[in-house]
Amino acid sequence: MTERKPLHFRGIGLRARENLYGYGFILLWLIGFAVFTVVPLVQTFFFSLNQVTVTATGIDLLPVQWANYTRALVTDPNFVELLIEYAIETLVSVPIVIIFSMIIAMFLNLKFRFKGFFRTIFFLPVVITSGPVIQELTAQGATSVPGVASTAALTEFLAQLPGYLRSPVEYLLTSFILILWFSGVQILIYLSSLQKIDKSVYEAASIDGASAWESFWKITLPSLSTTTLINAAYTIITLSHFSENKVIKYIYSQTYAVQGGIGYSSAMSFLYFFVLLLLLAVTYLVLSPRRERRS
Amino acid sequence: MEGNLMMKKPDLTKIRTFLLGSRTSYGLVFNVVLYLLLVAIGFVYLYPLLFMFVTSMKSPTDLLNPMVQWVPTGVYLGNYEKAFRVLDYPTTLVSSILVSVLPSLITAAVCSLVGYGLARYRFAGKTIVFGLILATFIIPAQNTVIPQMLTYKELGLLGNIFALLLPAMFGQGYRSAIFILIFYQTFQSLPKVLEEAARLDGASDLKIFFQIALPAAVPAFIITIIFSIVWYWNETYLTVIFLEGGIQTLPMQLAKFTQAYENLYPPGMVNIFDRLNEAVKLAGTFLNILPLLVMYFVLQKWFVESVERSGVTGE
Repeated sequence: MTERKPLHFRGIGLRARENLYGYGFILLWLIGFAVFTVVPLVQTFFFSLNQVTVTATGIDLLPVQWANYTRALVTDPNFVELLIEYAIETLVSVPIVIIFSMIIAMFLNLKFRFKGFFRTIFFLPVVITSGPVIQELTAQGATSVPGVASTAALTEFLAQLPGYLRSPVEYLLTSFILILWFSGVQILIYLSSLQKIDKSVYEAASIDGASAWESFWKITLPSLSTTTLINAAYTIITLSHFSENKVIKYIYSQTYAVQGGIGYSSAMSFLYFFVLLLLLAVTYLVLSPRRERRS
Repeated sequence: MEGNLMMKKPDLTKIRTFLLGSRTSYGLVFNVVLYLLLVAIGFVYLYPLLFMFVTSMKSPTDLLNPMVQWVPTGVYLGNYEKAFRVLDYPTTLVSSILVSVLPSLITAAVCSLVGYGLARYRFAGKTIVFGLILATFIIPAQNTVIPQMLTYKELGLLGNIFALLLPAMFGQGYRSAIFILIFYQTFQSLPKVLEEAARLDGASDLKIFFQIALPAAVPAFIITIIFSIVWYWNETYLTVIFLEGGIQTLPMQLAKFTQAYENLYPPGMVNIFDRLNEAVKLAGTFLNILPLLVMYFVLQKWFVESVERSGVTGE
């Protein structure tokens, strides 16, 4: 402790000192990362290459190489289907969440009466979206668009759609409110970056004769491009981690199944993780600000 | 004629301004559209809550009566009485509070340390550390949870609150990555001058952190603690795996509501009006979110404003 001060003033030691203290502050996190993330991740991967049997004394491992993976992708009648369904539903939900949270954030960025009241309502879902609550609400039909989801006209309309469109549209109509409920944090993120846009830019634009519409496309939207990317990623991740997610439920059910077991569910977890990364990569390519600038 | 035209012109602009707005006000048309949209979206957001509340107040006869849609014939609290018993409310409520508040406090403390380290020191490999922090946010829980569960089982920590506290102590609590970034942003936006002055006066780094940096980061603490409590409260995947058998939280109990109900009121033993129906289930759901709703309405000014003020964006 005593040599700290001279180190600081000597200048050569400055870098060493910064390193020392920097790592000192994040030391807890580094240990935690190793113990609670890296080790379990590697272990899970190891499990996925084995047939795991839980016994009274511990676990028995029987190496099976990639058999768990081929089973999930080739033999299992449910997994791939669930995975595709998850990917489609996520890709349908993300634009809706993004557009709605952007609109609501822009509303809340205006000055009007009862703003506090509306703000309270729009952030309410942040507080109540837990797995069992959502499950109960969905089971009792509280999350579909009122009066739409069960009409005969709708069933007819759905029946006429080609197969690949039917399930996304049906999902959209039956879980519309649910999708909106996942936009609370995104509204907050949009709101705080809207408030960072310099007001004088809008003033300059309006003096030059730009309409509000033009200002939105030329000023607001470009300023929000990074935020949109962050929000899209956040939406994908929260939807993918949500405990009512069908793939997660399936993996969980297989963990304790006689036929499945820890090895098989670990393999599925990694496949699921891979699809999640794929979705994130696609989103990044589509929304990356660099691309917009070029076009 | 000419005079008439002269009179009309300013009138028209006045109406125009009134309807379409000017540089200083939005105008009537805009306001009407704005409020219509706000109310419409607000309704969509509130609909499940209203539905839940109204249904939970319905007596069994109201439920069967197709005429009763939105206004029950009377105030009926029987569903709440049953749900209260089925959820074992006092016990599960206390454990839910413990399970959400304790890890949140620890998370806030640890994440503030980490965020400060990242914001104030230039050390080798910082970009990599940021990447790893983001990775902890992306990696799904099921990719790491089973080995952890097995380890806790060996240590005899399964069903013990320490199974949740331990990761939090090392900055690996539920969604800790977000809180680290929040603290990082907060500390970065604070002026360095005070800290440098204190350093010249010979204050140690830890003293600077505790006495100068922390008091300035109160909004970040508020956001972190509130959000963390909400997320821990609503989290069921980890709590079911780590706490099952030891601690019952409200959402865990809600997840097996049907089973618990039939234990208390066996279907063959009770009369038809005491069978499980959606009103009782929704009463249980409402009891489940009630504590969070109360917290939200009490703290909502902080909830939103401190987020706006501290400018949480992940840039």
